Amino acid sequence: MMRIVKADIIKDVIKRLCVKANIKLRPDILLALKSARDKERFFRSRRILDIIIKNASIAKKKKLPICQDTGMVVVYLKIGQDVIIKGDLKKAIDCGVEEAYREYYFRKSIVSDPLLRKNTSTNLPAIIYTEICPGRKIKIKVAIKGFGCENTSRTKMFLPGTSSSTIEDFVIDTLKEVGSRSCPPVYIGVGIGGTLDKAVALSKEAIFRPIGKFSDIPHIAKMEKNILSRVNKLGIGPGGVGRGITALGVSILTYPTHIAGLPVAVYISCHATRDAEESI
Amino acid sequence: MKRIELPLTKDIIAGLRLGEEVLLNGPMLTGRDAAHKRLVDSINSKKALPVDIKGETIYYTGPAPARPGEIIGSCGPTTSSRMDPFTPTLIKHGLLGMIGKGERSKEVAFVIHRYGAIYFVTIGGAGAYLSECVVSNKVIAYEDLGPEAISRIIVKDFPVIVFLK
Repeated sequence: MMRIVKADIIKDVIKRLCVKANIKLRPDILLALKSARDKERFFRSRRILDIIIKNASIAKKKKLPICQDTGMVVVYLKIGQDVIIKGDLKKAIDCGVEEAYREYYFRKSIVSDPLLRKNTSTNLPAIIYTEICPGRKIKIKVAIKGFGCENTSRTKMFLPGTSSSTIEDFVIDTLKEVGSRSCPPVYIGVGIGGTLDKAVALSKEAIFRPIGKFSDIPHIAKMEKNILSRVNKLGIGPGGVGRGITALGVSILTYPTHIAGLPVAVYISCHATRDAEESI
Repeated sequence: MKRIELPLTKDIIAGLRLGEEVLLNGPMLTGRDAAHKRLVDSINSKKALPVDIKGETIYYTGPAPARPGEIIGSCGPTTSSRMDPFTPTLIKHGLLGMIGKGERSKEVAFVIHRYGAIYFVTIGGAGAYLSECVVSNKVIAYEDLGPEAISRIIVKDFPVIVFLK
């Protein structure tokens, strides 16, 4: 028997997730910030981390967005194949986003034409990715993508057979170049393999992993640890003013790829890494 | 920590060290990408500016809208390097202070030094915290740009670090 889900219910979930993601910092990120603060040796870096932690508590208490860049909304839907959605799904998602951004006074940051650049005043459209999976549930995830760190992402098509240390260098060089403007301490997502687009998608999915956990694949976990330790020696630091912790975590996801290639994407996510999910 | 009263003067700037943390107090402007483009387009075509930038400090931010009864929404800094193509022109027309996040181009660093201007950084991603340092906020130019309009804001103990001078 198929399960029927009304699009209106999805609208309410999207709205709730947009609000939650924007005003409530991910618990794992908050914990990582607090632990970084306690370990921080440099006085100024510790004080900046205090302000970042206080920012999260002000946002939660006053229902203010953690960051004024309330981003472009990206919606990930995993739809069980036994579910029928009644009503217009795209419209339901748009309504949920629009209501959240209007009612909570989030900033509207979307321009309709990338070259003519007129603000749509609704923060629409959202970007929607759907995946069909077994089952009778819908898993809905909303990620808020501010462009300070979106602009610092990098992709490179390496030659097959490139060593893992060369890929680590690529991540380190990226951080060296853009670290101070990506709102450190950051969470670094890396996608390795697949196609150009798959590597990018992996780099973004990577930061959904709870921060502090390493990959189950031993040689990948080793790379994550190497990158983390090297980035934290760069001297970028909280607020980008030198010294102290630059990255809270590194997460790498991999996928099989073609004999002729080795795509790599680096996504740097700020300390205000924002997403929220629900299953219905 | 040292408190600075705005507007800035060359004397105030001369008394600050690189890396020094200070608290800014007083009036400044907000402005980011689209407003910078319009200001520089006006200067290049010899049109009058909607706001006199002489001696001013521009904070690179696009605040979230204020809720009813509140002064401003979250208002952290945006990436300064996007303003780099416009900054030398504005400094040559009297702009003294800038506040944002991240590094600047070599050319901007040179012009800042040459003209006795100053660039501060504040804490990226701390928009809710920084909104509590803003005591007044009024749109004064380019209202059609929404979050990118130029506002006159007055700040109290706004925390910054001297990054370039």
